[in-house]
Amino acid sequence: MAIPISYNLRNLRLRWGATLMTALGVALTVAVASFILALLSGLHRAFQASGNPLNVLVMRKGLSDEVSSSISRGKFGAIKFLPGIAVNAQGQPLASGSLVVVVSLRRRGGDGRANVTLRGLGLQGLALRPGARLVAGHWPQAGRRQIAVGVAAARQFQKTQLGGQLHFGKGDWRVVGEFQDHGSAFESEIWAPRDEMAADFGRPDFSSVLLRAVSPAAASALVRDIESDRRLKLHALTETAYYAQQTSSGAPIAFIGGVIAFIMAIGACFAAMNTMYAAVAYRAREIATLRILGFPRPSILLSFVLESVVLTLFGGVLGIAALLPWNGLTTGTLNSTTFSEMVFQLRFTPHVLADALIFALVLGLIGGLAPAWHASRENILTALRG
Amino acid sequence: MSVQTSAMTSSSNPAAGAPIVVASHLCKKFQRDSFEVVALDDVSMEIAAGDFVALMGPSGSGKSTLLNMIAAIDHPSSGELRVMNENVFAFNDHQAAQWRNRHIGYIFQTFNLLPVLTAFENVELPLLLTRLNKAERREHVELALKLVGLEDRMHHLPKQLSGGQEQRVAIARALATDPTLLLADEPTGDLDSRSATEVLEILTRLNRDHGKTVVMVTHDPHAATYARTVRHLEKGQLQN
Repeated sequence: MAIPISYNLRNLRLRWGATLMTALGVALTVAVASFILALLSGLHRAFQASGNPLNVLVMRKGLSDEVSSSISRGKFGAIKFLPGIAVNAQGQPLASGSLVVVVSLRRRGGDGRANVTLRGLGLQGLALRPGARLVAGHWPQAGRRQIAVGVAAARQFQKTQLGGQLHFGKGDWRVVGEFQDHGSAFESEIWAPRDEMAADFGRPDFSSVLLRAVSPAAASALVRDIESDRRLKLHALTETAYYAQQTSSGAPIAFIGGVIAFIMAIGACFAAMNTMYAAVAYRAREIATLRILGFPRPSILLSFVLESVVLTLFGGVLGIAALLPWNGLTTGTLNSTTFSEMVFQLRFTPHVLADALIFALVLGLIGGLAPAWHASRENILTALRG
Repeated sequence: MSVQTSAMTSSSNPAAGAPIVVASHLCKKFQRDSFEVVALDDVSMEIAAGDFVALMGPSGSGKSTLLNMIAAIDHPSSGELRVMNENVFAFNDHQAAQWRNRHIGYIFQTFNLLPVLTAFENVELPLLLTRLNKAERREHVELALKLVGLEDRMHHLPKQLSGGQEQRVAIARALATDPTLLLADEPTGDLDSRSATEVLEILTRLNRDHGKTVVMVTHDPHAATYARTVRHLEKGQLQN
């Protein structure tokens, strides 16, 4: 049996000053790391919640974003009757062309301007996005210069509340509805009637076309058929795949955050190491006594590594606890695909918390190993003399 | 070992009178700065099972070095040492630790109790390395603490005990695994005379009533009077 963990816990409590200072250092590091993880988790959640696996998104060949894409109405007519496309109750194919542009809006609190995706939806547009639900007002009606705003965009930008007036295209548009869509990227968008918007922006063509397949196999077949048809010169992929690709928007956050967390982790490791070296030096005689009582070297090693891990886990819990009140905080980043603001929430999921604790545990292992090794290798007689 | 199955006994001791420690031509030399220090110089001796031996001598005479060799903590420069028929110098580190846990009870001058653990937990420590279950360990700890008269101080931390009580807890810890050989390094060195007498009486009782072989390092002539055999070391050499 190993040296009882109560021995380590009580020693940590006995040296509470050093324990607390080290734990705070680790807490700061873990807080930074878990903040980055929560940001990425929120971003991934927003993109993963976007799209329907049965929806096939079609854009112009060679382009990977809807904003730059352009599809003529003639081509839309050619693809909307392809086999495998679902039909509605009236027998009409579930296919809709969208017009996607970027408009610049002023942020709330006067903090500059940012691009927002403005999406013009056709008649079937809402039917193809059944996850979208109104939380206030009504859906825009054609011919009345009305728009609906996603809840995430509404939180970030001025004049996006119900009844607000936004100026873009050839005039003002009134906010008549606010919608949500399970935290997806759509919640960062503004939706308007497509044909009215096309006239305003002088863009008769569609940016993209969305097709609803009857089954996943039909969706794959549609993608294959459209991609292989050289006359169409169109690029097709499932809607979920399109948004999954955009998770790369989190790469700069992951990189910069990773570098900062790594540098801080080195510092935290040294702090833990320093504390544990002091503990080993302070308890040299106790270590020698344990060895004389019959505890082998691996027991000593394990005991001090465990103590270090407990110390950094305590710091980890402190760091997480300090950040938990920020769970759900709305923030935004530039979507590198659409060059518009992507609004999402900090999400401290169980997975993020587990990763943060594992990070703290690794700090403890790395920081504690050398002092623990030193403790286990110390000559008994030398250690006995203190 | 009886500790695996039952409470403390003396049944595991070798036959009384047979040598339990046999040292032959033990030498220990080491370098300190540019000087060669001779800690033990050709020491040969036997300690009979059931004996209570006091190793006396001035500071630096090598008595603690000899005690540490018997405990397989220190190694000689040359010579042989058999303890309970085992060549303790042949042990690797892990074997030595196991062997000490099973056969040796070690009592320190400065008690060396772990300050964050209660008396009970300190005494239980060596038992954690045995196969005893929790209830059996409790039985052993309580018996050991009772033997040293501290059953009512079980849940006290060392800082809540007097020096004499701390040393008695340390003796209980040394006894917990029911070892064959008790090694005591100046066990009364840090105690007042009353506490020292209590500790010496406990060691005497353990030797007389429980058959434990006791080897005690001391330079206190009064303490040595409690031993059956007194051996003197001076400048690393056995004098008698």
